[in-house]
Amino acid sequence: MAQTGERDQPGFRLKDNAMGLIEKLLHNLKAPRWGVHPDDHKRPAADAPLRTLPLPSRLYVPLLQHVGQPARPVVLVGQEVRKGQLIAEPQGRISAPVHAPTSGRIAAIGEITAPHPSGLPFEAITIETDGHDRAVEVDVPADPFTLAPAEVTALISAAGVVGLGGATFPSSVKLALGKRSEITTLIVNGGECEPYLSCDDRVMRDRAADVIDGVRLMLHCTGAREALVGIEDNKPEAIAAMRRAAARFPEIKVRPVPARYPMGSDRQLIETLTGKEVPSDCRAADVGVIVNNVSTANAVHRAVRRGEPLIERIVTINGGAVWQPGNILAPIGTLAADLLAFAGLKSEPARLVMGGPMMGAVLPHARVPIVKGSAGILAFNEDEVAIPEAGPCIRCGNCVQACPIGLLPLEMAANVRAGDLQAAASLGLSDCISCGCCAYICPSHIPLVQYFSHAKGELWAQERDKLRMEATRKLAAERAVRLEREAAEKSEAAARRKAERDAAKRAEAAAMAAAENAVTEAAE
Amino acid sequence: MNLNQLQPPTAPHSLSANSVSRIMLTVLATLVPATTFGFWLYGWPALFLWIITVLAALLGEAACLKLAGNNALPTLSDGSALVTGWLLALSLPPWAPWWIGAVGGLFATMLAKQVFGGLGYNLFNPAMVARVFLLISFPVQMTVWIAPMPITSAAAPGFHDGLLIFLGNIPKPDAIASASLLGFAKTELSRGTDLLHSLVGSAYGISLAGARAGSLGETASLLIAAGGLVLLTLRIIAWHIPVSMIAGIAIPALVANAIDPARYLDVTSHLLSGGAMLGAFYIATDYVTSPNSKAGQLVFGFGCGFLTYVIRTWGGYPEGVAFAVLVLNACTPVIDRYLKPRILGRNWRGAPLDPAVERAKS
Repeated sequence: MAQTGERDQPGFRLKDNAMGLIEKLLHNLKAPRWGVHPDDHKRPAADAPLRTLPLPSRLYVPLLQHVGQPARPVVLVGQEVRKGQLIAEPQGRISAPVHAPTSGRIAAIGEITAPHPSGLPFEAITIETDGHDRAVEVDVPADPFTLAPAEVTALISAAGVVGLGGATFPSSVKLALGKRSEITTLIVNGGECEPYLSCDDRVMRDRAADVIDGVRLMLHCTGAREALVGIEDNKPEAIAAMRRAAARFPEIKVRPVPARYPMGSDRQLIETLTGKEVPSDCRAADVGVIVNNVSTANAVHRAVRRGEPLIERIVTINGGAVWQPGNILAPIGTLAADLLAFAGLKSEPARLVMGGPMMGAVLPHARVPIVKGSAGILAFNEDEVAIPEAGPCIRCGNCVQACPIGLLPLEMAANVRAGDLQAAASLGLSDCISCGCCAYICPSHIPLVQYFSHAKGELWAQERDKLRMEATRKLAAERAVRLEREAAEKSEAAARRKAERDAAKRAEAAAMAAAENAVTEAAE
Repeated sequence: MNLNQLQPPTAPHSLSANSVSRIMLTVLATLVPATTFGFWLYGWPALFLWIITVLAALLGEAACLKLAGNNALPTLSDGSALVTGWLLALSLPPWAPWWIGAVGGLFATMLAKQVFGGLGYNLFNPAMVARVFLLISFPVQMTVWIAPMPITSAAAPGFHDGLLIFLGNIPKPDAIASASLLGFAKTELSRGTDLLHSLVGSAYGISLAGARAGSLGETASLLIAAGGLVLLTLRIIAWHIPVSMIAGIAIPALVANAIDPARYLDVTSHLLSGGAMLGAFYIATDYVTSPNSKAGQLVFGFGCGFLTYVIRTWGGYPEGVAFAVLVLNACTPVIDRYLKPRILGRNWRGAPLDPAVERAKS
């Protein structure tokens, strides 16, 4: 936000636009053949200036906002907390701490509705905010680049930074993995290929210098030689801002990529930027790459340079039912209802979605909190969610063309419908990333992703049952072996005892005989 | 299992505006120029035949849906039966009697499509099944071709005469009966006259202007190809099947014609005769009955083309597109089984890639 004046200088703009045009042409020539190109609906929300949400009176901070084990509360009900204070500590190898987004009093620790279609409850800490926003005092390293990579990673870990691109994998774990795997390239994901969303766009436009600083810190943590920032070419302002911020650092290259969904998916972005294909049974780090989101880079910067944990984020509020779509800076734990009330609603939303329209989850209602990974709250009106009835598959092959993984969605769906899950699995169901391209493009409106999610769930359950059965069988077999061994040992022992007894008898008899002989000899 | 009814709805929450009826109607729109041109060349009987064929196809579909206890209207409005009837009409002799069109249209949608389960479930292209059925059952009516005469010319039958021809009441004047190029060449060859002599001075040279005798889809083959190119640019069809099918006809034709022009027809005659263009752009590209991977489509298309050439050149029938397409339709499941797209991060055999190799790339 600080460099608004500089960004608007006309000289910069002209040069960037000319460069952008040539690059756009080149990129269109080698545009990927996979994926779909939905209407992005990003503007006007992306162009609206960032707004800050007035502090809500209550925040509901969930304990599980990341992949892995939920955090464990370290505060008690009634306790006063300050902004940035640790309120739940990580437990287990893959976990992340949770901090108080503002100052206030702990009102409750208990279950609230999770931002998930099921509407099931999960654990959260409720904070009654006091409006003072008093922060804890922290020390920040004067120059983090003089610290050892592991020390910087520890700071990131302590700040509760998780991947903000949607996967919410704890960042410190990923950075440490990158270091261990000796990665060469850090890919910074500014793709934001989901329609409607523009929070990453806003971060890059308004906080480019912070993002680039975060990227440098992550390079330091991982030991990677270079960073490639991939930004879809439908965000020229973000590309220009990031280029300016990265100009002083030759190791950081900003690379526009064709706007094509799902460009922001890590395997697709890695292939587009480096030409490397991540083997299906490997992680990106195995081919010398890790991918982090631009918002994560921003969070890393704040954690290391300002000692500020991840307690707020930019959320896109968009959709046909929203009065003033745009990006809003809000503390973690804010209810979706508060954000929607702030942006205003034109009509009663027909559907609420957390995340993007291609992969986002339906919200059961608006009284659910935003978490670290919530990129957007979309309120769709009736027209936007009108889903026509599914027809028969006409085998047009649009889904085959669109699949970024190279699967045969129509064949897999036919197998799932026939109940032959193994056949679907043999066609590569486990490689499916549920991006939704197939269902989006299908002229018969077949809910393909639903078929695949159903099949994946079933297969997972079958696999689990199989493992349990195997474990039971193994135990039973071990028991049989043990019983057999015990029986053998018992009979062996009995035989041994019998042999000993016989030997003793024989010895006794021999001794008696010897004694008799001796007596007889003596008598003779 | 109707997953659409399950709650809550899942992603993706927005869908493309594409739909089956939109695809079918676009296909029909690209057929309009060629069809209109055919009506112009062959007059009223051709128009009547087209109408009855399309109506019979729709009626057949509706009757089956009714028998199955379904509401016919939504399915009829997807346009697929209309496409089937229309394509069949384009492949018939333009002055064939009404019952050829009626029987063909009913056969196409009832026995070649609905019996298999309707749209998306048929193994064979319905229009081609119907055409082959008609050709085998009624060989005489299916091989009487008419020399094109624009509807305004003096020799062309008027509305009333056209209706009589359509109803089969008056015999066709022999003067205007003509053979198709492929049929003529085959007959002459079998009589021992080589092509260098038989084709000299015949009217076949002006085929580019659409004056060659044949079905609506044959005479207007350049307009058919133009419609096909529109479908390609609209991405309704992909290039793989048309290009490989044309290659499948053109390559053997070029080679054989170069070796012995007296025995083998030249490549333009092959490509602009019979159902070559209609087959390459509209018949073989049928979604339901063609393979779903790009590699499979190339094999399928080339097979259609090559088999067409083989049947035309050495087979018993002068034209082979319909037979070739049906044979390759039968091969589609096998092609699909063996030619699958490569999965990202896996090799062609489905095994994961070697991370060391990928790591070395930069």
